[in-house]
Amino acid sequence: MARTVTPTGAGSGERVPPLRRRRRELPWPLNIYQTSVGKKYVMAVTGIGLLAFVVVHMIGNLHLYEGPTQLNEYAEALRDLGGHLVPRTLILWVMRIGLLAMFVLHIHSAWSLKEISRRSSPKANWVSGNKRYAGGQDYVAVNFASRTMRWTGPIIGLYVLFHLADLTWGWWLGGDYIRGDVYHNVVESLSSLPVAIIYIVANVALSVHIYHGMWSAFQTLGVNNPRFNHLRRGLATVIAGAILVGNLSFPIMVQAGVVA
Amino acid sequence: MSAGNGHQATMRLKLRIWRQAGPDEPGSFLDVDAHDIPEDCSFLEMLDIVNERLMDDDIEPVTFAHDCREGICGTCGVMINGRPHGPEKATATCQLHMRKFRDGDEIVIEPFRAASFPVIKDLMVDRRAFDRIIESGGFISAPTGTAPDANEIPVPKDVADFAMDAAACIGCGACVAACPNSAAQLFTAAKLGHLNVLPQGQPERWRRAEAMVETMESFFGSCTNHGECTEACPKEISLDFIAVLNRDYLKAKVKNRRLASQT
Amino acid sequence: MSVALDARIPDGPIAEKWDNHKFSVKLVNPANKRRFKILVVGTGLAGASAAASLAELGYKVEAFTFHDSPRRAHSIAAQGGINAAKNYRNDGDSVYRLFYDTVKGGDYRSREANVYRLSQVSLNIIDQCAAQGVPFAREYGGLLANRSFGGAQVSRTFYARGQTGQQLLLGAYQAMASQIAAGGVTLHNRTDVLDIVVKDGEAVGIVTRDLLTGEVRAHSGHAVVLATGGYGNVYYLSTNAMNCNVTAAWRAHRRGAAFANPCYTQIHPTCIPASDEFQSKLTLMSESLRNDGRIWVPRNSDDARAAADIGDADRYYFLEEKYPAFGNLVPRDVASRNAKTVVDQGLGVGPLRNGVYLDFADVIARDGESVVREKYGNLLDMYERITGEDPYRSPMRIYPATHYTMGGLWVDYNLMTNVPGLYALGECNFSDHGANRLGASALMQGLADGYFVLPYTIGDYLAPKLGAAPVPTDDPAFAAAVAEVDDRTRGWLAKRGTKSVDHYHRELGKIVWEYCGMARNRTGLEKALSEIPALREEFRANVKVLGSADTTNQSLEQVNRVDDFMEMAELKVRDALHREESCGGHFREEHQTPEGEALRDDENFSYVAAWDWQGPDQPQELVKEPLEFENVKLTQRSYK
Repeated sequence: MARTVTPTGAGSGERVPPLRRRRRELPWPLNIYQTSVGKKYVMAVTGIGLLAFVVVHMIGNLHLYEGPTQLNEYAEALRDLGGHLVPRTLILWVMRIGLLAMFVLHIHSAWSLKEISRRSSPKANWVSGNKRYAGGQDYVAVNFASRTMRWTGPIIGLYVLFHLADLTWGWWLGGDYIRGDVYHNVVESLSSLPVAIIYIVANVALSVHIYHGMWSAFQTLGVNNPRFNHLRRGLATVIAGAILVGNLSFPIMVQAGVVA
Repeated sequence: MSAGNGHQATMRLKLRIWRQAGPDEPGSFLDVDAHDIPEDCSFLEMLDIVNERLMDDDIEPVTFAHDCREGICGTCGVMINGRPHGPEKATATCQLHMRKFRDGDEIVIEPFRAASFPVIKDLMVDRRAFDRIIESGGFISAPTGTAPDANEIPVPKDVADFAMDAAACIGCGACVAACPNSAAQLFTAAKLGHLNVLPQGQPERWRRAEAMVETMESFFGSCTNHGECTEACPKEISLDFIAVLNRDYLKAKVKNRRLASQT
Repeated sequence: MSVALDARIPDGPIAEKWDNHKFSVKLVNPANKRRFKILVVGTGLAGASAAASLAELGYKVEAFTFHDSPRRAHSIAAQGGINAAKNYRNDGDSVYRLFYDTVKGGDYRSREANVYRLSQVSLNIIDQCAAQGVPFAREYGGLLANRSFGGAQVSRTFYARGQTGQQLLLGAYQAMASQIAAGGVTLHNRTDVLDIVVKDGEAVGIVTRDLLTGEVRAHSGHAVVLATGGYGNVYYLSTNAMNCNVTAAWRAHRRGAAFANPCYTQIHPTCIPASDEFQSKLTLMSESLRNDGRIWVPRNSDDARAAADIGDADRYYFLEEKYPAFGNLVPRDVASRNAKTVVDQGLGVGPLRNGVYLDFADVIARDGESVVREKYGNLLDMYERITGEDPYRSPMRIYPATHYTMGGLWVDYNLMTNVPGLYALGECNFSDHGANRLGASALMQGLADGYFVLPYTIGDYLAPKLGAAPVPTDDPAFAAAVAEVDDRTRGWLAKRGTKSVDHYHRELGKIVWEYCGMARNRTGLEKALSEIPALREEFRANVKVLGSADTTNQSLEQVNRVDDFMEMAELKVRDALHREESCGGHFREEHQTPEGEALRDDENFSYVAAWDWQGPDQPQELVKEPLEFENVKLTQRSYK
């Protein structure tokens, strides 16, 4: 009672077809970005770029504690980068465009990697953005930071828009917004309690994001030397912690009235 | 054989076992009251006992994959209380023993989940995608008869040890099951880590890295460095091998292009 | 009608036989090889290496495994190592010495020419595996490391931690995977081979059952290669994997292939004793543990103290006392039988009193725990996982278990059975280990057969068939075999009996272990011979298999296998009964020296006992292949 089959069948294994057929390959190096490992590289490299910006931004903001003159001079110096060799604000704009590009790539790669994961898990087991077991899964290594990257990321994205609207475009400070007087604007904005809370929440999310992101970037970029591997987690903790302390100090100090 | 004169401690467990008639059938949990389970028996022997009792009640036994029952063939593997291969570190399902549980425990048993590991029946899944990855490049081409004397290719001891650490992978799929993204990075990295560090593996190194990673990606998700895979791995394959995979893949993409432009 | 067995051993001095033979066998032109289709059944060390090598030569290969992947074959579980006469240690090893040791270790019941060839190609195997990237253990200088193993007086064993079998299998599997990708090998996974098709006296194909869909179908080829492992699971409890079975080999036997020396079974001395009645298999720990561990039992059977509290005076180091020269390193059968003797005397240890101690206390005291951990860490960890006892603090408990079967399908020098076109490789043939296999020689034989013997010898059969198409699968011979397999498989579902397949398998195992295990005697064997057919009848009438034949059904897979074990067990016992001598793994209590050693009868039993199938209800007929020893002097083994 044997049923008929195609005589050349290569066995049962053919029942598992690839989930993704490769699309037409783009010219090098764009073809690297077509793969998920390539996307991770882009995410890691842009992440490091953005992290560098966050660190520099935070250190620069410490001028707040030196008083209005120093902070405003620092802000002016950023616009004057390159001195008389280039048109004023050119370098600042180049950096802004670079940042924007990194931001866009970082978000796009994250989004497409999540899509790949969704398709790699059985439909019935993909529940609200995550793979779920019917009987639940007991995570061991997954931590709060790694598990929440997909939430801290959007929070940071929204926060960046808020931050730009608040202090760069001055949307809701209205008459209190004084273009060029960074010190005044910062103090004016952060002295509002709801705004301070937004800054605090967002910066906690930022540090959590950096904690996993930084360690993850080492791993992705293949920075792997048995002598230093145990330091990778530590380094990520120290940098995320420093950024957290630095950035949280601003709203807290303004609210506490230390900076006025 | 067992004289049966020794006193055996037994336990009673509340089991929730996933049952599914076929790949496209809906599945659900079967609740089983498993009593008189000897503490010294293995997890799979516990399932054997459950199956014998189900058969006594004319219920078809639960299908689960198993073979060597000594933790090396990689055939077995189920989710036990939300962890691949259960709560014991570095232990395959067949090597997990019931003494690691307590009398009265509830145990939820579910198959490994990933889109490329479709359920065949009950707890058994199809892991043929792993073979596809190996077939795409997980080998060193050395046709029979071509080999030089074994000692003509010295391999420094630490390199051989590194390769062996990676080669210990048993291909059970726990890494994929554990991964929130259903990624197979650890499995693929283990084979790349084994072959790409050895002197014998150098001629095909970049081709291998490119082919295996791209085949892997056609079946599995993307790694986001959670590290859940290493924790689930019965052979404790290190996450560091994934860093090697990432590095070798990028280098391969550059090197392969360079070679292509020369021809 | 009795078959004639021609071993086709080449002429000439032993050292030149293989070279002469390679020159004299017929060759298939490279361009013509792709016109031959070869079916390889089993993808362990022997099967995978054969499939890869044949495909590299250009043959079209179809490979079959019941596993989901070839990497799961039970070759993977071999721990200790693989022998090769490389003499890298400069300790006086040579091809001749390995040959001599193997023949002697096999208690002079193997074929000299085959063993010599095995020793010769052992050199190539290590080269081949190293080139494939098998991560063998290395010295600091980067060269290969060796150890002495299982009683050998030279260090000729190569190893990859405690996972040598795994690494060699992965090497062969990867070689086959590259050929799958290249199109030379078509792999049929989860496919059980349930019959061999013979037409006009030649093997022309096989009948398979897809384990996922239940589909039964025929495959035809120019030759069929069986590499399906041993029959150790006839004991139910053994160190074999749960799914290891004799079915393909047994079905070949029923189709006319002679089955040789089924009574030769190796019992491995260092396994973990059963803990309860639900024990499903026994776990082996590498014999290398005997290099440093000391084996003992308490002198008094009523000694209730913990092992560590028992002083040296009250410990019976039975191997060291009886065999001062070899001590704990006596061959496997000697170690096993002595363990059985002390346990039978009531000196056994553990809750079921079914083990002996293997103690590392002395070596830990001498070399330190870290050295022991470095050498044996993974084995000791495994012991702790299984038993819940810490072997660094208290001695391990071990007991012998069935491990390897030296008997198997009779093959000639070309590894062809007496059915033309049907080959048997690795553990499933009988050829190289005689009555007892040396440690670290199973991996060697599997790979020798697959990489270096079959690819040469198969041409001799195929060459004259050039131009002949394989028998089409709609031939009546195939149709009949397919119908037979389908009926047999579906028939089990109709039994609606009361007891499970495992129940009958366990019962069979008890009989075979009791009467045809480590020590056998006429009374017991005759008892087994009456009990087995009765059990078989009950099994065939009363076995309970639920579910369907058209989906995955593990009980249905198993029932065919147990059915074949039921028949095979009877032949095994009959062989043991007829062999009125003790040799290697076959110990007849009636035939022993005054010191309790195996007593051979070279006068009357220096032959291979090949059994020829006569029909379902007929006893097989014994056909003898006399063994001639021109190079090795027969001596009584003595390990005193």
